[in-house]
Amino acid sequence: MMGARTRMLAELRGNIERIEAGDVAASGRAALGHAEADAALQGGLALGAMHEVFSEARHSAAATGFIAGLARRVGARRPLVWVRQDFADIESGALSMGGCSELGLDPRLTVIVRATDVETALRASADALACDALGAVVTEIWGETRQFDLVASRKLTLTARTSGVTCLLLRLAAAPQPSTAETRWIVQAARSPPHVEAWGAPVLDTRLVRNRHGPVGHWIMEWKCDECLFRETPAHPEPVAAAPADRPHQAPAFAQRRAG
Amino acid sequence: MDDHAARLGLDAGLPLANARAICPDVEAFDDDPVADAQALNAIADWCDRFTPLVALDPPHSLFLDITGCAHLFGSEERLLQMLCGALTSQGFAVSAAIAGTSISARTMTRHVHGRIVGEGDEADSVSPLPISALGADEAITRGLRRAGLKSIGDVASRARHEIAARFGADFTALLEQALGQGEAPINPRKPLPDYIVEKRFAEPVATDGVIAAALSRLAATLVGTMDKQGKGARRLEASFFRTDGVVRTIAVDTGQPVTRVETIDRLFRERLDALADPLDPGFGFDLVRLSASRTEIVVQQQRDLDAHVQHDDELAALIDRIAARIGGRRVIVHLPQDTHVPERASLPVPAQQHLAAASLAAWPVPVEGEPPLRPLRLFERPEPIEVLLAEVPDRPPRHFKWRRAAHTVVRAEGPERIAMEWWRSSEAMPTRDYFRVEDEGGLRFWLYRDGLYGEIVREGEAVSPNWFVHGLFA
Repeated sequence: MMGARTRMLAELRGNIERIEAGDVAASGRAALGHAEADAALQGGLALGAMHEVFSEARHSAAATGFIAGLARRVGARRPLVWVRQDFADIESGALSMGGCSELGLDPRLTVIVRATDVETALRASADALACDALGAVVTEIWGETRQFDLVASRKLTLTARTSGVTCLLLRLAAAPQPSTAETRWIVQAARSPPHVEAWGAPVLDTRLVRNRHGPVGHWIMEWKCDECLFRETPAHPEPVAAAPADRPHQAPAFAQRRAG
Repeated sequence: MDDHAARLGLDAGLPLANARAICPDVEAFDDDPVADAQALNAIADWCDRFTPLVALDPPHSLFLDITGCAHLFGSEERLLQMLCGALTSQGFAVSAAIAGTSISARTMTRHVHGRIVGEGDEADSVSPLPISALGADEAITRGLRRAGLKSIGDVASRARHEIAARFGADFTALLEQALGQGEAPINPRKPLPDYIVEKRFAEPVATDGVIAAALSRLAATLVGTMDKQGKGARRLEASFFRTDGVVRTIAVDTGQPVTRVETIDRLFRERLDALADPLDPGFGFDLVRLSASRTEIVVQQQRDLDAHVQHDDELAALIDRIAARIGGRRVIVHLPQDTHVPERASLPVPAQQHLAAASLAAWPVPVEGEPPLRPLRLFERPEPIEVLLAEVPDRPPRHFKWRRAAHTVVRAEGPERIAMEWWRSSEAMPTRDYFRVEDEGGLRFWLYRDGLYGEIVREGEAVSPNWFVHGLFA
């Protein structure tokens, strides 16, 4: 009796939160912001499912940026658990909280689990996925591994589906293998668009190589740190000022002053 | 020195040659103080079953404070019998005594075994014993003997100030404690837990199921007791006493006070599952004890309507579960630090203790419209790079080689000059010039030059500073 009531309350509470979260659609998908990618994904990244991001070792930072973006889109303002292996810190650098906060991830809501090996990492992620207070769980696995087989991936998928927490797998320096993932991405860094003064925002070359419920694709996305959205890279990067419509003649040259 | 040896005429301090003359087949072993200390510690662990207050008195003795414990075993005689019987059957030679003060009891054990000194009888029982039983310095014992004072009673009959003048105040204090006139506090090995519950088995148990069930019943009792006083446990210890005397203690820490049996059960299950060397029941455990060594007052919160509180609780419980398995130091949150040095800007701290502080921390707010100024992945140890093409000072390198791959810089921004905190370290640290660079493939690096040109002087000559890659931007 008590249990049923608590469960019902929890469900209602979950529903209200989902409505309040706004941009996380009620359909259980979180829009990325990139129009074509969202169309291919039928509205956005499915919540409560597993998504894999692969990258080469040298593009690890780009892949990390992409998965941080996904976690931000999916998790909204809920806690994030990031499970990683010890030696990934040496191989491709520790996760910097300053960098995370500039990308839009809140360091106050980020808990990091440092696992010694793949098995521990997978077990910790499964535990975390079962906790429905979280927005997303990121599991970072470095290199090729045998432990992450179909059984392990199925287990994570089922746990994610039950709790509604999205499972994001970051596979650095690994080649894609069959798994039960909803989507699979291969990410590498792309050049900043030319002629942009404030260059350096994450520009990512993303290839969607598997999509269970839609087409695959290849896009270049830019992560907008201020809006916390993925966007198309500007095709016409040089902004053209609108012609003055109701201005009188140009002011005389001597009146021009330069500030600073 | 056991009875058999004493009958042969052997004595402590006897030269080996003399001992061989008395008993030709005597075997000699090297003195091993470390092994002795280990054995004493193991016995102390085992003695924990009688009282939580066990103190070591190296090299060969243990103090047990049995105040209020004796009746659990019937009586003092019964307790002494059980203790000595069990130790003797394990192969140890025991000499034990019970008295009002620890020193008094120790003095008794040095001479006779198995005496129980009643309250107030310490002086009478100790007086006839020889001075050496006190365990004072060799010089003092010899001095007293030369003065013609053979027994403790002889010394006690002298005025205290005479003794103190010649042998020091420490010795008088020792004497008074032996006579039961002064209290000597013992120094227990472990702090007294706030709550202890235990289960003794008539027949040793060895199966996992029974052990888990016993632990769960103990947890229920413990929670019931703590609940009456509004407490929750922050640290729990389960001790498993094996029949052969080996004791294994397993501790679990939690971030929030635990008040539920299921939580305790689950934490111990995780912990026992993840043990590097699993619990070995051997011939079985005859005693399982659960103690709450750190407790806190539980503040009851309104839960039903406040989803936020519930979420925090769930997160804290998750952190406890993962920490129980892989260790509290592996589950971390970050706290911002007031420093400009990039590698010190955030401090990783265990999440169990600092979750609340981390959720209220004030992080620097990113500047709107600016691309990220700090890398997403930061190397703990900046990696040196090989600058292939020297540039003009204060510009980033054109080409550089990192991890055996060459990169050509197509865009660069900087320098962002960060001076090291000279007020914190004694040795001078060079100023760093940081550059944000992008190579032709779109990889974005955070490079720095360690020191200004001409700043670093080695053997009277200015050397060109080194370059490092400190982080990677997404």
